[in-house]
Order: sequence, then C-alpha cells, then structure tokens
Amino acid sequence: MAQAATAAVDEHGHTSTGVSNWKVGFWTFIASECLFFGTLISTYMVYKGRAVVGPYPDEIFDVLHTTISTTVLLFSSLAFVLALHAVQNARKKAGILWLFFVIAMGAVFLYMEGTSYLKYIDYGLTLGSSTFGSAYYVLTGTHKLHVILGIVWIGALIWLLFRDRIPPAKSEQVEIAGLYWHFVDIIWIVIFTLVYLIQ
Amino acid sequence: MSTDATTHAHEGAEHHSHPSASFYVWIGIILAVVTGVEVAIFYIEAMDAYEAPLLVLLSAAKVVLVIMFFMHLKMEPRFLTWVFMAGVVLATFMVGALMVIYHVLPRFGG
Repeated sequence: MAQAATAAVDEHGHTSTGVSNWKVGFWTFIASECLFFGTLISTYMVYKGRAVVGPYPDEIFDVLHTTISTTVLLFSSLAFVLALHAVQNARKKAGILWLFFVIAMGAVFLYMEGTSYLKYIDYGLTLGSSTFGSAYYVLTGTHKLHVILGIVWIGALIWLLFRDRIPPAKSEQVEIAGLYWHFVDIIWIVIFTLVYLIQ
Repeated sequence: MSTDATTHAHEGAEHHSHPSASFYVWIGIILAVVTGVEVAIFYIEAMDAYEAPLLVLLSAAKVVLVIMFFMHLKMEPRFLTWVFMAGVVLATFMVGALMVIYHVLPRFGG
C-alpha cells in the first residue's frame, strides 16, 4: 500500500498517470461544479414559465446587450489561452499583458451584467418578486461570483509573474487558473442559450 | 514495473504539443461567429419551429470547442475526459430527469 502510494509520485514530481495531481484534482473539481450548476440550471428550468406575477423574461431581457457581454467573455477565454501560450514560451511580458486583458474583459462583463440587473430591478424583478426572479438571480449571481473569484485569482497570477515566481517550467499554475476561467465561460455559454435565447 | 509505468506515462505527457497562437485565434473567431448565428436564429421568426434544438446544438458545439482546445482536453490523457464526462453526464441526467418530472409527466396526469 505504502509502495503504491510512493510510486504514484516519484522524486521528480512525475505521476503514474502522466498528469500532475493538481490537474487531476482540478478536473475533478470542475466535474463537481458541473453538478452544482446543474442544480441551479434545473431549478431555473423547473420554474421557467410558472411565475404568476411579472415581469416575465420576454418583457425584460435585452438579448443584444447580453450577446455583447457574452462575446466579451468568450474573447476573455481567448485572451487567457494566449496568456498561457506566452508564459509557456517564456514570454513573461506578453503573458502579463494578456492576463490584464482577461481581467479587463471580465470587469466589462460584470459591468454590463450589473447594468442589466439594475434595469431588471427598475422593472420590478427582484430576488423575492417571483419564482422566476429567485431562480434567475441565484443562477446568474452564482456565475458572477465565480467571475469575481476568477478575476482575483488572475490578479494574483499577474503579481506572481511580475515577481518572476512563475517560470515556464511552472506554467501549470497559469494553466489551472485557465481551466477555471474557461469553465466559467462554458457555464455562461449554457446560461446564455437556456435563459436568454430559449424563452 | 511501477517506475517503468511512471516514466512511460511522463514521456507520453511530454509529447503533447499545444497548438499555435493563430490556431487559438481561429477558434475564438469560430466561437464568435457561432454566437452570431445563435442570435440570428433567435430573431428569425421562420426558424421558430427549430429554434430550441438548433440553439442547444450550437451551444453544445461551442462548449466542445472550448473544452477540447482552450482547456486542452484533446491533448490530455483520455482518463481526464472520463473524469470530466462523469460530472457532465450526471448533471445532464439530473436536468433531464427534473424536466421530465415537472414538465412532461404533468401533461400525462403524472
């Protein structure tokens, strides 16, 4: 048993799977996040069209506005993968610059979604106004909390890159943060379709 | 034996080469174009009958592109795909089961 445990990671950090334990652990975390968001999406879909008081989705959603914020988030994913590519190829400055773009686009996404929230509240849709309001704000609000956490994480990466604490050999730190950011993007792709486009 | 397995697995991992920057840009452009097509389908009334299945299909295509290329799952060992798919399949089953319970069965008096 002890031998099997020591064989799993050798003295160079190589594992029997060929992938670092951090990466395996993070993919497992992402799989569990699928279930977490699955429950929130299920709740929204169950209550969809069952609200007895307005405002209703087709009365308030601005699809063009959300399309722009969705595209911004998609391009932030592109910026992140370019940042990782730069860090892996020892281009630290380019990596930092791309990560700044990711934070900027994440902030633009949050600002645009924030203005949408204010508009919906003006229309009378709040967390307690109807089942639609509760399910909508909990689902999209949880996603926005993930975006905020991602921005903080990327900020920490930029700080570490500035201090030369992430050489190309340790670029996996950036890659794992990227897995998180891309997953947040994937969840928004699903929300955009199920909540905004299929009404 | 286990040392050999470790070494081979590590060598295998080192052979994974990531795509070029321009390849990622192309994937980004494709994602933006598919998003545009989705919005067009939403606004074109003639597409109303096929809207939901088409939008779900296009959305799934976007998700697959991000996972395969931006998250590099295509270049990782196959078992990571199984780890991720376990979560996706369970989540999809849960959403599907709840949709059937709340939206389909009531139509049949369930």
